[in-house]
Amino acid sequence: MSLKIEGAWKSFVHDGTAQSVLRNVDLTVEPGQFVSLIGHSGCGKSTLVRALGGLLELDAGQISLDGKPITGPGPDRAMVFQHYSLLPRLSLVDNVRAAVRSARPDKGKAAADEAAERYLTAVGLWDAKDKRPHQVSGGMQQRAAVARAFAVEPRVLLADEPFGAVDALTRARLQSQLIELWTSESDTEIVVMVTHGIDEAILLSDRIVVMGNPPGPSIVDMIPVELARPRDRVSVIDDPHYRDVQERLLHLLTADRLDDEEAA
Amino acid sequence: MSAPTPVTTDAGIDDAGVPDAPPEISVVTADAEAPPAGAPEVAAGAAPPLVAPALPQISRVRRAAASLGWAAVGVAIFVALWALAGSRNPKLPTPGDTFTNLREMLADPFYDNGPDDKGVGLLVWATLLRVFKGWALATLVGVPLGLLIGTSRRAWSALNPLVQVLRPVSPLAWFPILAFALGASEIAAVWTVFVIALWPTVLNTAAGAAAVPVDQRDVARVFRFGRFTYLRHVLFPNVLPYMVTGLRLSMGIAWIVIVAIEMLGGTSGIGRQIWTWYNALDLPKVAAGIVIVGVVGLVLDTVLMRLAKAVAIDEGSPS
Repeated sequence: MSLKIEGAWKSFVHDGTAQSVLRNVDLTVEPGQFVSLIGHSGCGKSTLVRALGGLLELDAGQISLDGKPITGPGPDRAMVFQHYSLLPRLSLVDNVRAAVRSARPDKGKAAADEAAERYLTAVGLWDAKDKRPHQVSGGMQQRAAVARAFAVEPRVLLADEPFGAVDALTRARLQSQLIELWTSESDTEIVVMVTHGIDEAILLSDRIVVMGNPPGPSIVDMIPVELARPRDRVSVIDDPHYRDVQERLLHLLTADRLDDEEAA
Repeated sequence: MSAPTPVTTDAGIDDAGVPDAPPEISVVTADAEAPPAGAPEVAAGAAPPLVAPALPQISRVRRAAASLGWAAVGVAIFVALWALAGSRNPKLPTPGDTFTNLREMLADPFYDNGPDDKGVGLLVWATLLRVFKGWALATLVGVPLGLLIGTSRRAWSALNPLVQVLRPVSPLAWFPILAFALGASEIAAVWTVFVIALWPTVLNTAAGAAAVPVDQRDVARVFRFGRFTYLRHVLFPNVLPYMVTGLRLSMGIAWIVIVAIEMLGGTSGIGRQIWTWYNALDLPKVAAGIVIVGVVGLVLDTVLMRLAKAVAIDEGSPS
């Protein structure tokens, strides 16, 4: 029982030439795992996460959850986007409610409202529930977006650089809330997150998938992060294993970049 | 951030002296960026209480008065130039005659002495009704058509060439066909307004429908919004500001051409009346009629602009 990607290929036509963004990607994520996708722009990490969300079709290969092939968006997966992506006319709570009611018609109205309350409370936004997105800060908008995704009670949470657009202090708080929601507040089993941040990836993940640019293979390496949870963001950086992983990532990501520059 | 810099320049002069007002201002500005919590307790002990200097305030009334004043200056210059032109060419109506006529017209705007002799209020009303009918029809047809063009690539491919060819055609070119085909010029006038008012509404609505942010479309897909939820929460809120802009442009152009349509078509209204005054060579009345048409157009535009502001998507929209 797991999230499985097998032989995934995807190309986009750019300026008349086809670019293979996903090149024969194989990846299996077991329940209970938090996986980060890291790599330079254009390596296909967003494409992969969008494919997992069912937002785009693969050219070849398949994705399955518990053996069932994924062909489009479904209530078993929810997504947090880089830009806050709340609907501007709706209050925070109505944003969450609308999403839950649409994604989970099986739940009924009362249960949907209850889920909205529970997850907005969990991210500390119940007091601001009647505000419209433009009336609150970017960090609060993203927290509401995270609450919206969890409120659907998906098995898999997908996040495409969820904290890329917020400042460092807000990011730290959002990271803690995401882990808190995932580990204790929800039944969500798997998180797949795209990130640019090496430290963010180590702090949050069980496994880091390093992706590379064409023409090399899509997946350059997979690095397990064996740090006990809960992880304390201050003390964890002194752990030798943290240092090891950090060094490997730095090496992989900068080596990749050097190759690029030589090729250019 | 260089918030403390004012201190150095000012304090440099009275280095040993007591710091006076300017350094304090810089402290206040620096503090304003810190989170407000806890600030009062810290300030209580040592430093003198932090009081922000009063900002120079220009009241709304004064600002409104100033812009009204400048508007008066603009009008005065225009009237002066008009009077000058009138003194060079005696055939032109003078501002004085025009305003005398305007005052007479507005003194009794709603009299009705039969079909050929009505007050300007009634004439404007007849013209407004005609414009509203055509414009409302254009809205009823143009909004759905715009939504279709903006959301469906096929509909766009099918209709865009047609729209682009028909759009630049002068509205008046339609009138003979419509007048001949529809007979009564009253109906032909309404349909001509319809044809004119259609394009801005269609094109703006389509632009709005095509401009729904990708993120919001993705949200709708990921959370599997049904058709109705999508229309209500994603498409319509994004289209609305564009649509209202389209309606405003449509109304503007409809009001411009209705005068000419009435001159051509002979239906009773303010445009027709201007033509009648011209035929009687009563040019001060023609000029007064132009002033009335202009003011009504301004009012229509202002109302729709207010509406556009009310439906604008971001800050300041009423909750």
